[in-house]
Amino acid sequence: MSPATPTNLWHRSGAASFLAGFRAAWLSALAYVVIGTYIGIAALTHDFGFGLWWAMASTVLVWAAPAQVILVSALATGGAPLATALAVGVSSARLLPMVMSLLPLIKRPKTSYATLILPAHFTAVSVWIEALRLLPAISRQERIPFVNGLGIGFMCAAQAGTLIGYYLAGSLPPLLSAGLLFLTPVSFLISTTRNCRLTSDWLALAIGIVLGPLMAAWQVGLDLLWTGVVGGSLAYGIHRLREALK
Amino acid sequence: MSELNAYALLVLVGFLPSEMWRVLGFVAARRIADESEFFIWARSVAIAVLAGVIAKIILFPPGTLASVPLSIRLCATAVGFLTFLVARRSLLAGVAAGEAVLILGALAYGI
Repeated sequence: MSPATPTNLWHRSGAASFLAGFRAAWLSALAYVVIGTYIGIAALTHDFGFGLWWAMASTVLVWAAPAQVILVSALATGGAPLATALAVGVSSARLLPMVMSLLPLIKRPKTSYATLILPAHFTAVSVWIEALRLLPAISRQERIPFVNGLGIGFMCAAQAGTLIGYYLAGSLPPLLSAGLLFLTPVSFLISTTRNCRLTSDWLALAIGIVLGPLMAAWQVGLDLLWTGVVGGSLAYGIHRLREALK
Repeated sequence: MSELNAYALLVLVGFLPSEMWRVLGFVAARRIADESEFFIWARSVAIAVLAGVIAKIILFPPGTLASVPLSIRLCATAVGFLTFLVARRSLLAGVAAGEAVLILGALAYGI
């Protein structure tokens, strides 16, 4: 009999880890935020004349709420394809640092890169936030199926929201739709705060909150991209300086 | 817009411009070890972008949220955040409190 060390006690099969991730998604308050957000997006998509299948395919393929809003609004109002692609691309640039700071947490020295394709595709704000919070308690070998389970769990929540949104479209009172739109900022602010551990995390949050609106007000092109690079580097720099002076 | 056209546009101007960033992150992540300095920097950049997105939505909101006055939006955010801190760091309690203030405030304002 092997000794009951924490690693082999907690070792689960791939399927069990996937289910644990799926369950974690539905136990997270963010699943309900995702449902609410997608009710709003689906109502918008419906009003712009897109079919339900198209809306659901857009969630599976694009999997980034702000990009999906930009996509339907631009296409429905006759935006040029190139300009629309550019606007979607700019809004999704945040996915780059998110994938860069998620994959190193789940890969192992011998991980085949093909198994990281799905976790990279599932990376979106909701999955990224919950993965960063929950992964430290999950053993290395279980992390890839766990993140896939999280991704499928949140995607199912989004599709449930899409169905509800199509059903409710046209009858959504403005007060309710304002409340649904407010879900994103208030839940992201709280869940990002909950994840802050390093000094650089806290600084990046505080600097980003100030810099984001300033860059937008000054009408700097690609304002969020600059907020990330300037704010994130500043936060990291101050963190390093403090460590060096200790 | 024909049905086929709508799906082609979805892939070309929706999927590809978003997925491109994930692919770039995937390629970059091959060389990054967790706990490395580059990893901490990438994490800071991701948090700063997200913080910028949050602040922008609250200050320059989309759609019907824009009809709720700025003071109510800021107040609802503050109450949600403070409730989270007081209520043993519960995300659900914070979001519920923030939403309650936003909706009651909007009702009082006459939306």
